[in-house]
Amino acid sequence: MITLKGIAKRFANGTEALRDLSFSIAEGEFVSLLGPSGCGKSTALRLVAGLLEPDAGHTHFARGRPEIGFVFQEPTLMPWANALTNVRLPLDLKHLARSDGNARAASALKRVGLTGFEHAYPRELSGGMKMRVSLARALAAQPKLLLLDEPFAALDEITRNALGDDLLRLWKEDGLTVLFVTHSVSESSFLSQRVLVMTLRPGRIAEDIALPFGRSNRLSSATIEAQREISNALNTVIAA
Amino acid sequence: MRRALDILLPLIVAILLLGVWEWAVAHWQVPPYVLPGPSAIAKAFAGNFSSLMAALLSTLTVTVEAFLAACVLGIATAIAFSQSRLLERTFYPYAVILQVTPVVAIAPLILIWVGFERINLALVIIATIVAFFPILAGATLGLKSADFNLVDLTRIYGASRAQVLWRVRLPTALPYLLSGMKTAGGLALIGAVVAEFVAGSGTATGLAWRIVESGNRLEIATLFAALGLLALTGVLIFAALSLLEWLLLRRWHESAISQRV
Repeated sequence: MITLKGIAKRFANGTEALRDLSFSIAEGEFVSLLGPSGCGKSTALRLVAGLLEPDAGHTHFARGRPEIGFVFQEPTLMPWANALTNVRLPLDLKHLARSDGNARAASALKRVGLTGFEHAYPRELSGGMKMRVSLARALAAQPKLLLLDEPFAALDEITRNALGDDLLRLWKEDGLTVLFVTHSVSESSFLSQRVLVMTLRPGRIAEDIALPFGRSNRLSSATIEAQREISNALNTVIAA
Repeated sequence: MRRALDILLPLIVAILLLGVWEWAVAHWQVPPYVLPGPSAIAKAFAGNFSSLMAALLSTLTVTVEAFLAACVLGIATAIAFSQSRLLERTFYPYAVILQVTPVVAIAPLILIWVGFERINLALVIIATIVAFFPILAGATLGLKSADFNLVDLTRIYGASRAQVLWRVRLPTALPYLLSGMKTAGGLALIGAVVAEFVAGSGTATGLAWRIVESGNRLEIATLFAALGLLALTGVLIFAALSLLEWLLLRRWHESAISQRV
């Protein structure tokens, strides 16, 4: 679905974020981009989203730029708008009729378990609920490609696990392609089919680890084995 | 209970002060052309009620027109600045110059240019200049304070500049703008009064003119009545704008929520 080839990116302050970053993601895949803080994971995600232009290399979408859903580390909600209006934002921007937008936004909220909170304002919601609204907003646009930038990093473990389970369910239901940026080995090992381990800055892919099927829960032996393999790769990157 | 105390405490102080004032004026037999007592001022107010109200209406009209003009100009300029860094860098210094130059110094020029035959327009222009800057400063800061990620998100969904402005930047700017408007409301009144002072008697008919005229005639009680009316008007403008701020922000902004607790 997406191919990044030879991507380089240097910021105006001189920081070289990425050098020769290359990877591909097939349609329907759930891929994690894992690496230490500051290695350029978020920059790579922003390049895929089209928010940044690379200095070198290119991003190619096999069937043209798909509809993209994006979830940030922070919920990034409009504090002046209720949950329904927040979720409706992508649809409003596309000039969808208000009634259709409301129906789709309500349905997206239902899918993340927030029925009954349509008229709640962000300040009235917990951290996990705000993140669910953010996820619902990304889903409301009916994306083919879902980009998530450490979306659960600021949440407690119980909420993080619950949202991870929800994300897996939504991925399967919608046949989404997911690129999930994280610095958590356990999160990447449980959620994804492939883990791309990035080097320290300037970031590129150091390891491309395909994970075995059959990881039915976070404590299954397959999951723990996957964690061990990812941790080893990460330790090699950090030690290099 | 706390809300009641907010009103009750200043009221008790006011009653005490007025009582002491009345007593002191009578006790030391202060001549009324130096300092009249509150009862004399109340009598002067009642005696000149219709002319004072006409003067108040004149000043209030100038104030409201100037305030609205400052809002329109301030917000429009801030939007222009938020859309073009070049425009902001070019023109913001001139807005600052306009702000720091005392209005008393420019008022005579404006009166001459606009002409005494269109005195009300001149007064509105002078008061607008005074009230303009807090709105421009508040709106400019607010429009720039939009969450970068939220703006990026709208870009992913293909939003136009106008959509980003309408859906993200303007709502973000609202609390800053309302704060600027509260300051500007009082300044519009001050600007109107200063303009009336500069225009002088015979042309302007507002409360400032009544103050000058009463002073010249040594009608100090009437002067105090006009002064009290002016202060009350300022308080009411501030209260009205605070109410507007609360109505618009009460559901989501910390500043309005904490007031409710």
